[in-house]
Amino acid sequence: MKLGFLVDLNLCMGCKGCEIACKVENEVPLSTWRLRVKYIDIGTFPNTSRSFTPLRCNHCESAPCERICPVSALHYLENGIVNVDSSRCIGCAGCMMACPYGAIYMDPETNTADKCTYCAHRVESGMMPACVVACPVEANIFGDIEDDNSHISKYIMEHQGAVQVRKPEKHTSPKHFYVGGGNQTLNPLAHKRIEGYGLFNNITHLEHVGDPHHGVVDRFLAPFTSHEEPDNKSFMDFESSKSDSSHTQEGGH
Amino acid sequence: MESTIHATQAIVSLDVPLQGIIWGWMITLNMWAKSIGTGVVLIGAFLLYRHKKDEMPNLRWIMPLISFIALNVFLLFTLVDLHQPYRMINIFLHPNWTSAITVGAWMASLFTGLITVMMAIGLADAFPEFRKHCGVAKKVRAKSELYEKLFPFVVFLAIPVTLYTAIIMAESSARELWQAPTEVMQMMWAAFMAGSSALIFVSGSWTKEARRDLALVLAISVFFSFMMYMGEYFFSFKSSEAEATLAFVHSGGEYNVEFWFAMMLGFIIPFFIAMSSIKSENKTLLRFAAILSLVGLYMAKDVWLKIPQLLPLS
Repeated sequence: MKLGFLVDLNLCMGCKGCEIACKVENEVPLSTWRLRVKYIDIGTFPNTSRSFTPLRCNHCESAPCERICPVSALHYLENGIVNVDSSRCIGCAGCMMACPYGAIYMDPETNTADKCTYCAHRVESGMMPACVVACPVEANIFGDIEDDNSHISKYIMEHQGAVQVRKPEKHTSPKHFYVGGGNQTLNPLAHKRIEGYGLFNNITHLEHVGDPHHGVVDRFLAPFTSHEEPDNKSFMDFESSKSDSSHTQEGGH
Repeated sequence: MESTIHATQAIVSLDVPLQGIIWGWMITLNMWAKSIGTGVVLIGAFLLYRHKKDEMPNLRWIMPLISFIALNVFLLFTLVDLHQPYRMINIFLHPNWTSAITVGAWMASLFTGLITVMMAIGLADAFPEFRKHCGVAKKVRAKSELYEKLFPFVVFLAIPVTLYTAIIMAESSARELWQAPTEVMQMMWAAFMAGSSALIFVSGSWTKEARRDLALVLAISVFFSFMMYMGEYFFSFKSSEAEATLAFVHSGGEYNVEFWFAMMLGFIIPFFIAMSSIKSENKTLLRFAAILSLVGLYMAKDVWLKIPQLLPLS
């Protein structure tokens, strides 16, 4: 069994239902995402179009994150899912350097690497990933790509020639496919991030990676002090946040 | 808007912020310190091959001492950069041998252990007064011949310890700029630069010939390292990602300034000073070149580490 994902971008309408379902199901902290839907505008007014691209871990058959992880916190499950054992992760961020898809983040609550696991806990009990269930147009298709009779296998066969993966040149053999994608939607260098053209501004770079309330010394003292664990509520403290000093100067795309 | 954006150009109108720089100055310092830690051993071995021990009386103890200090700085910042520092032990309890981080951590730990033994023997031999008052020093002195037995193995081990960071970079497949095979040689040149620079500071009592060799190593290493940086900078026809990464330097801004400061301070100026020192020796100028070289090396490594992390990956 080899589980895979396919997103038909012709069907996706950018409702972000999958994104929210993922957040809720996996209790993904604020400022981090396992699955996100990216909006890309193409063309010049009035001849413009907007595309929506859900982006998540590609569960590569030759996963660079699994290879670089020094403690096997990232490991394969028998069904092909690249899973994370956060209790083993040392927080070296090697996986974040290795993943060509930027799918791994440092969880600010646990200070460990985390990512989409295709909802391995749900799959184990026979359920579909939360994002698949939430999608109102069935743009997310999930299943066993080694089973010729599975919905995903049939979908891939029906769309021969139109099925793409992101960054095939990286030789990671992603198990996440797209139908209806193009260079401008799947290649991050083919579209630009220009300040003033987004629906929200000043969000070019995150201010921090991992727990913003934990400095270097805190990382060592954490087991011995009663430091208040940050949770989603602590991220809602807009009064103390420095929203006006984002790293916009480091952007460019 | 319609007049400024080309019809074929795509623009992100809604997305999450990019992660920004994840491996920052601590990793730069980590790599820089490791270059010194292994470099002094490699250059020390070269000097011992070329010259008699009497010509460099303090080399036997000061080489492992410098290496010991630098390696501990390297190990400290490796640990401090982890988000879960206490779980560092997992690298030894649950090693994943496909990871260059694991292999490197094991090799660097072994290397540091051997250097510690060499330092203890070297110091016990060099300071007999201390030996009289310290029982441990006496025992260490009794094992003095171990130094010579360990040294060839330590020199051999210094090579993979120098190079494994390049393998980590190569495994970081999201950062195209680090994928170049030249990274391996850059690590080696960096070790030669840092090692010769560090030894220049303690070579005051050495013979002219030994110092001339240090100046020669510094000149050669900065020259080739500089040429490789220039090759990457001007002739980067590798991939669109590497090109886009280098655009952060090409297009001006803070990384452009830091890069060219690094090239000028760490490579161009030290090259000419070292070359002039080979002809007519000037200890003070050579030390100045060594300082500049170490500063420039840190800055160059810093730019090369950070710029690939600014690219959007998805």
